[in-house]
Amino acid sequence: MDLKWELKEMFDSLVSAPKYHLALEGCLVMCVLWLIFHKSYRPEASKLTEKEKEELINEWTPEPLVPDTPADHYALNPRIVTSKLGKRIVIDGTDCLNLSTHNYLGFVENDKCIESAIKGLRKYGVGSCGPRGFYGTVDIHLELESRLAQFMGVEEAVLYSYGFSAISSAIPAYSKVGDVIFVDEGVNFAIQQGLIASRSKIKFFKHNDVEDLHRLLLEQADLDRKNPKKAKVTRRFLVVEGLYINYGDICPLPQLLELKKKYKVRMFIDDTCALGVLGANGRGVVEHFGVSVNDIDMICATLENAMAAYGGFCCGTSFIVDHQRLSGLGYCFSASLPPLQAAVALTSLETIEKDNSVIETLRQNCQTMHSFLENIPSVKVFGEPISPVKHLRFSNSTNDYKHETKKLEAVVDYAQERGYALTVARYLEESEHLLPEPSIRLIVNALLSDEEMRQSAQLITQSFESVLSLY
Amino acid sequence: MRSNTQHMTNGCNGRATSGAPEVGVHHHKHEYECQGVTNGHVRHSSPPPAPVTPNGQSCVGRRHVHVNEEVPFHIILICYLSYVVLILFGYMRDLMRKTGLERNTNAVERDREGYVQLYQSFESFYTRNIYRRIRDAWNMPIASVPGARITIIDRLTPDYNNTFSYPGTKTEAINMGSYNYLGFAENTGPIIENVNNTIDQYIVGVGTTRHELGTTEAISQLETLTARYLGVESSVVFGMGFGTNATNIHTIVGKGCLVLSDELNHASLILGCRLSRATVRTFRHNDMRDLERKLREQLVLGQPRTHREWKKVIIIVEGIYSMEGSIIDLPELIRIKKKYKCYVYLDEAHSIGAIGPHGRGVCDYYGCDPNDIDILMGTFTKSFGAAGGYLAGKKSLIDHIRVHSYGDAYACAMAPLVATQISSVMTTLMGEDGTNQGQQRIKQLARNTRYFRRKLNQLGFILYGNDDSPVVPLMLYFLPKIPAVIRMAYKEGIGFIGAGFPATSLTTGRVRFCISASHTREMLDKSIEFMDEIGDKLEIKYSARRRSKSEIIY
Repeated sequence: MDLKWELKEMFDSLVSAPKYHLALEGCLVMCVLWLIFHKSYRPEASKLTEKEKEELINEWTPEPLVPDTPADHYALNPRIVTSKLGKRIVIDGTDCLNLSTHNYLGFVENDKCIESAIKGLRKYGVGSCGPRGFYGTVDIHLELESRLAQFMGVEEAVLYSYGFSAISSAIPAYSKVGDVIFVDEGVNFAIQQGLIASRSKIKFFKHNDVEDLHRLLLEQADLDRKNPKKAKVTRRFLVVEGLYINYGDICPLPQLLELKKKYKVRMFIDDTCALGVLGANGRGVVEHFGVSVNDIDMICATLENAMAAYGGFCCGTSFIVDHQRLSGLGYCFSASLPPLQAAVALTSLETIEKDNSVIETLRQNCQTMHSFLENIPSVKVFGEPISPVKHLRFSNSTNDYKHETKKLEAVVDYAQERGYALTVARYLEESEHLLPEPSIRLIVNALLSDEEMRQSAQLITQSFESVLSLY
Repeated sequence: MRSNTQHMTNGCNGRATSGAPEVGVHHHKHEYECQGVTNGHVRHSSPPPAPVTPNGQSCVGRRHVHVNEEVPFHIILICYLSYVVLILFGYMRDLMRKTGLERNTNAVERDREGYVQLYQSFESFYTRNIYRRIRDAWNMPIASVPGARITIIDRLTPDYNNTFSYPGTKTEAINMGSYNYLGFAENTGPIIENVNNTIDQYIVGVGTTRHELGTTEAISQLETLTARYLGVESSVVFGMGFGTNATNIHTIVGKGCLVLSDELNHASLILGCRLSRATVRTFRHNDMRDLERKLREQLVLGQPRTHREWKKVIIIVEGIYSMEGSIIDLPELIRIKKKYKCYVYLDEAHSIGAIGPHGRGVCDYYGCDPNDIDILMGTFTKSFGAAGGYLAGKKSLIDHIRVHSYGDAYACAMAPLVATQISSVMTTLMGEDGTNQGQQRIKQLARNTRYFRRKLNQLGFILYGNDDSPVVPLMLYFLPKIPAVIRMAYKEGIGFIGAGFPATSLTTGRVRFCISASHTREMLDKSIEFMDEIGDKLEIKYSARRRSKSEIIY
C-alpha cells in the first residue's frame, strides 16, 4: 500500500514539475552518461608485437666495452721501482734522492717499524681473511684503535683497511639524500667520492674562502626559514681538509669553526697530510691551531703517509664514530687491515709519542726547502712554508694544461737522469671536481740534510731552466 | 621469504644422480632434486679441464644445479611474530629509559644542542634494542693467525653488550669463520720466508699512487703472473679488494649504460655502480630466466624517458655468493651474454682459488673459457691469504682501466710484501714451486666441502647453496637463534659466524661455515657432532626432505 502511494506521488511530482526543472535534470543525466561513456583522446598505444621486439633486440649493437687508449699514456708506461721507497729510491735502474713519496717522517726506513712488521708477519701471517665482524678483528687492531683515539684526544677511533676508503665511506654513513654538505672545492679525490656516494646536496665554496662559505650558509639559512619543517630533518655537514694535498695550504680552521658553531653544521676534517706533520706532537690541524678537538665532529686520516703503513681511520666521540661500525661500507664489507700493517702503524705512532723531535725536524726542513725554492726565479712554489707538500709550477705558466704538463714531465725526466726523483701531481682530468693546475708535487721529509736540500734546489733550478730553454 | 629456485636446463650432472631413488621429495612442481647428499659413496669425478671446444661451444661438463629448500609457512609466521615481540620489548624499554625507570647506557651526544639529529630513528632503534643485545656474537677479536685454529680473546660484558671488558683469558677454537679456503693464512713456511725477504728489500710503506711512483717490480710481476694464472691477456691489481669494485666500475659504464645486477650482489659492487652513474636494474638472485626477461624488456624499452637505445649493457654477478653459498650459473649466463651482445663482469672474490680443479674459479669449475667473460674481478683477501684485488681481461680493457681507475690514480699502491704473498701462493697453485702442495690443497678443500655439506644435510639441516661451494650457510630463520648457536659453539671451541637482518632478509637468519683445506677430518667431525646436538636442542633441523641413512665416507 505504502509503496504504491509513494510511486504515485513521485509520478505526480514529475508531471507537476516545471519544464525548466525537467530540462535541467535531463542535462545532468546526459552529462553523467557522457562522463561515463566518453572516450578520451588516446593515441594508438604503442604496443609492439613480439616480432618487432625481436627485431629491436637483434638490431641493437652495443658500443665497444672500452674505447682505445693512447699507448703513450703515463699510466701504461710506469716507472718501475726496484728498491725501498725511502730516502733514496731506485727508479728504472737509477738511484735517486726521493722527493716524491709521502714519507714525511722517514718512518718507511725506521728500523723499529721493520722489526714490528716482521714480528707481525711471524705472528699473524699476511692477510686477515675476513671483515672485522667475522674474525677479522685482531688484538692489534683494537690496540691501534685505542692508541689512535688516545693520541688524537678523542673517545674512539675506527680503523679502515685502506686510506682511500676511510673518508669516502664515512661521509655517506651520515649524510644521505636530502642532506646538505658544504665543502671546499679543493678537497682531495677520496672526499669527492664520498660526496657522490652520499647523494646529498653538495655546495662547494671557493678554496679556503671563509666569506664564500658564509654566503652559502646564509643562503641555506634563508631556505630553512622558508621551510622550517624540512630544515628540522636536513642534516648539514662541513667537510674540509686539514692540509690540502692538492695545494699544500692549511684550512683556516678557527674561522671555519666560528661559522660551524653559528650555523650548527657538523664538521668533518680529513687530516690525511697533516697527521704526524702539523702541531707540536703531530696531531694535525687541530693541534696546529690549538682548538678543542671536541668542536670537530669527526677527523679522518690515513696511516699511509707519515705513519708509513697502510689503512686509515676516523675518530671522534663514540656517539658519532661507533655508527660506522655498522654503516661504514668500507669498514663492514671489506677485509680488515693486514695485522702486520697495523703493527707498523702502531710502532710509528709510539715513535712520535715518545719523541716528537722528528716532527720539529720535518718542520724546519719544510721551511728551509721552501726558502730555497722561493729563490728560484723560474719556479713558482705553492703551499705553506711549514707544509711538506709543495707544488711547483713554471713562473711563466700558461693555461694550456697539456702543454704545461708536458713541460713538467720533461723537468721530472731531467731530474731523474741526474739522480733526483720528482713526480708530476697526477689527477684524472675528467673526474676531478676542480682540476688543479698542473704542478710538480714535491714532498719534503725529515731525513733530508740542509746540504741535500740545497743541492736539490739547485738541481730543480737547472731542470726548470733547461726545459724553459727547450720550449 | 626469499627462495632461489633454479631452473635447470640440462638436468643433473653425472656425479649426483647415481643414488637418485631416495631423493625427490616434491615441494615444488619444478624442483628437480640433485642434492649431493644422496649417497656417500658417490665419488667426485673431476670435470674435463677443456677450455674451448672446436665448434665454439665453450662450456662443457657441469651444469648448474641447486635448489634451496623452502621452509614451512608456519616457521616464517612465527619468525615474524618473534620480531613483533622484539620490537614491543624495544619500545617498552625505550619508554622505561625515557621515564628513568631504566638507566640509559646509550651514548648520547653532548655539546650539540640545536643541531639536526644525526641518526634516523628506526635505524638506531634496531641497533639499540635488538642488535645490541646479540652483538657479542660478532666482532670477536682474535689473537692469532686466522688459520684452521684461532685464539679468540674472551670478552665479558657487565651491561648486556653495551661495553666489553677483556678478562685476559683466551679460547682456542676451530676456525670455521675466516675466508681461508686454501689454508694460506699461515705464519710459517716458504711463502712467509718469501714475504720476509720482500720486507727486507722494499720494507712496508709505499706512500704513493700507481700513477706516480707506486709501481714496484713486485707489483708488475704479480700482474703478469695473475694474467697467466687466469688465462687472459692482461691484469691490473689494487691494494684493496673492496676498492677494486668500488673505484673501477665507472671506467667501463657510465651515463646511458645499463647495469643488470644480481639482487644479492656485494656492497662494493653496488657502491661501484652508484659511483658510475649508470642505470642499474636488478634481477632475481642467480635466476637466469629472470635476467633474460629483464634484459629483453630493457633492450626494447631503451633508456628511461628518452628511449634512446642503451650504449652498453653489463651484467654484474659474483662467482660464489658469500652469504648464499650459491655458484653462479655461468654456462647459461655466457649463452645469454653472447646472444644479446652484453658484457659480463664476474666478481670472483670468493670463488677464485676456492673452486675449480685448478683453483681458477668458476670458469675453471664449469670448464668455460675465461675469455668469454669480459671483466674478471677477484680479491686476494680470501684464498690467497693476503689483501687487495685484481681486474683481468683483454689488454685493451686493462689499459683503459689503468688510465681511468680511481684506485690507480689516487689510492696508495699495493704493498710489495702483499704482492709477494700473492705471487708465492699463485706459483704454488700452478705447481711452479716444484711441489704438489697447491693441487693437494685444492683437492682437500673440495673433499672437505663435500663431506661437511653431506653430513649436515643428512642430519636434516637446511643448507643453502651449491654442493661444491665451500661457503655453507645453515638456515636458522630466527634472529635470536643465531647468537644462541654461536654462543654455544664458542663454549665448545668452534668459531663460525652468523648473519641476520639487515645483512639478510628479516626471515632468513643463518649461520655460515667457511670450509678450509686446512681443516682436518677431526675438526669437521667435531663441528658436525656439535651441530647435531644443538640442532636437536634448538630444533633447527628444519629440512623435510628424506635422507639417506647410509654412511658418508670422508
